[in-house]
Amino acid sequence: MLELLWLIPALPLAGFCTLVMAGPRLAKQGVAFIGAGSVGISAAMAMLVSISFIGSPPAGHAFSQTLWPWMEVSGLKADISFALDPLSLIMILVITFVGFLIHLYSVEYMREDEGYSRFFSYMNLFVASMLTLVLADNLLLLYLGWEGVGLCSYLLIGFWYRDPENGRAGRKAFIVTRIGDVALAAGIFLLYTHFRTLQIQELMQQLSVQWKTGSVLATAAVLLFLGGAMGKSAQVPLQTWLPDAMAGPTPVSALIHAATMVTAGVYLIARTHILFSLSPLAMSAVAVIGAVTLLLAGCSALVQRDIKRVLAYSTISQIGYMFLALGVGAWSAAIFHFMVHAFFKALLFLCAGVVIASLGHERDMFRMGGLRRQLPFVFWTFLAGAASLSSLPLVTGGFYSKEFILSQVYTSPSGGILLWVAGLTGAFLTSLYTFRMVFLVFFGKEKSKVDENKSLSLKVPLIILTILSLTGGFFETPQTLGGLSFFTDFMQTVLPSLNPLNSHNFMSSELSLQIIVSLVSLAGVWFAYMLFLRHRSFTEGVAMSGAGGLLHRFWSAGWGFDWLYDRIIVRPFLWIARVNRDDLIDLVYAGTAWYSGQAQRLLSLTQSGNLRWYAAMLAFGAVVFIALAVSV
Amino acid sequence: MNSVSGEFCLLLAGVLFALGLTGVLIRRNIIFILMSVEIMLNAAGLAFVVAAARWHEPDGQVMFIFILAMAAAEVSVGLALVLRFFRCFGTLDADAAGRMRD
Repeated sequence: MLELLWLIPALPLAGFCTLVMAGPRLAKQGVAFIGAGSVGISAAMAMLVSISFIGSPPAGHAFSQTLWPWMEVSGLKADISFALDPLSLIMILVITFVGFLIHLYSVEYMREDEGYSRFFSYMNLFVASMLTLVLADNLLLLYLGWEGVGLCSYLLIGFWYRDPENGRAGRKAFIVTRIGDVALAAGIFLLYTHFRTLQIQELMQQLSVQWKTGSVLATAAVLLFLGGAMGKSAQVPLQTWLPDAMAGPTPVSALIHAATMVTAGVYLIARTHILFSLSPLAMSAVAVIGAVTLLLAGCSALVQRDIKRVLAYSTISQIGYMFLALGVGAWSAAIFHFMVHAFFKALLFLCAGVVIASLGHERDMFRMGGLRRQLPFVFWTFLAGAASLSSLPLVTGGFYSKEFILSQVYTSPSGGILLWVAGLTGAFLTSLYTFRMVFLVFFGKEKSKVDENKSLSLKVPLIILTILSLTGGFFETPQTLGGLSFFTDFMQTVLPSLNPLNSHNFMSSELSLQIIVSLVSLAGVWFAYMLFLRHRSFTEGVAMSGAGGLLHRFWSAGWGFDWLYDRIIVRPFLWIARVNRDDLIDLVYAGTAWYSGQAQRLLSLTQSGNLRWYAAMLAFGAVVFIALAVSV
Repeated sequence: MNSVSGEFCLLLAGVLFALGLTGVLIRRNIIFILMSVEIMLNAAGLAFVVAAARWHEPDGQVMFIFILAMAAAEVSVGLALVLRFFRCFGTLDADAAGRMRD
């Protein structure tokens, strides 16, 4: 069964090729069949592979499959080869399964769009690239997938390219993530020049032997990898592209900017965790970046008007949690949160898509309201997603994953109370902005007419994702709540679990930690209710007042990062480009051309056509040359 | 033969050559230009003959035979061109061909 592994990325790629070549000539049913079907079969294959992997694990809990040698030049060897271990297994399951649900949803959601086959071809290419990324056996193939998802996000963000604003958002995403990609490429070069191999497993073994903890080279390599991860995963200071990326169609936001692509950075760090553990300094940088990001993005999410931008900032903030977990060495907690986040964030985006489409492409939450009665189905599914995002205790998947992260941060040797408080504040902000969104959209006065698309293919993905976001946490429960640890046990072979500092009174402290987290998220909901439903005029008054308004604008603009980058990078660059348009070096070339032109004009004057004049010149020339020859 | 010195003969050749060149430059009639070219050729030939007599070498006279042969060929081609020229322009004025340019 494991031999079917290569089909998992190959099927979406084949779907992409078919759609690119035959797409415009196919009927919409055909396009939908190929586009969603290829990912669907790929998901089924992933299921089969994982059943066989869990049922009879291969030696060393890792399976690798080499398809063909890609390149082999004087020692540089890279194969097209895939490696399957528990980490990549979880990734491919989430990618194919959530990806398939989103494709199924798009079949109906994008039906009216003229770029139907183009849309599905990009989506298929995206899924194929992402699968290549997570299955890659060597860093070069991983980089191929890494660039592939970058390309697809550019194509899909600018999908409605007729609006120049969308094209701008696509370019911004491409350029900002490219900054990270350059860092990653430099990191890969650094590792290759030292170890002469690109094979990830081999590399990790060698570098744990050869490099000492905290050595300069290890720190440099880790920081370069971290740069790549920050770009892709939209962490401070490279987070500015993600909110603008909401220009793309909603299923794109769900697939790329919530469920899969932005977690590529998390995957990269988890995959190279042996390298990261070599540098405690860089590890604390990861944790601090995560904590800062989750707070900044949480505050920004609190003041957005656009429902998709709230979700975008919430994605940044949740990935901040994953980085926080990675930074304190809680690898499997980060991957666990990734999985649950993929479920509920895809659910929230798809629900938001239905809401937006039902209101005639209205995205401003302040023009929505009272949709609870008009769209009951979407209300309940959205509520499930929102509950999971704000980690309401016991019944939601988000509670278990976030609680897992926070308790690990608290107990980890490299964690600490400060990071834990940041995470806790983030949890409060999360439930505050999530339920602000719920109350603004679904409660209050009804403001507009609704035209709901009741198609089944929109509803089925929502139902499945609702079930997954509510129950997705039961693979891993804290010791006080049953102590299930399927997930960490499964991950054990790839990702070492954390050794808590004080394990003797762990039970009691864990219980109090859970109660604190639960209370904080419930408090967030209560505050959201008070501020945005009961006393809305008070909140609006604060937002209008001097200091409050300033803060509101500041947060709403994403802490002014765009403004800052515009001032210190974009404008100076444009200025240099403008100045350099006729630069000195160009003047030399332009001058040469000008002087040759003038000389040519001068010489062409002698071409008079007068025969006797020519003869005189001939005689004159002869006299000059003879005189020269005689005089020398 | 001793009455005519080598220097005098070379001077004569130079004067003849200058006359021919002047004719080429100032004459507009294409037939006269051709005749002036002949004078220049023969002036050069004369210089060769004088040089051959001065050093008692036959090479200069051989060169003169060459010049004669070449001049005959040149005149035949030149006269043919003059005929074509006259057919084309209806005149023998060399400057009439100046409108070739541009």
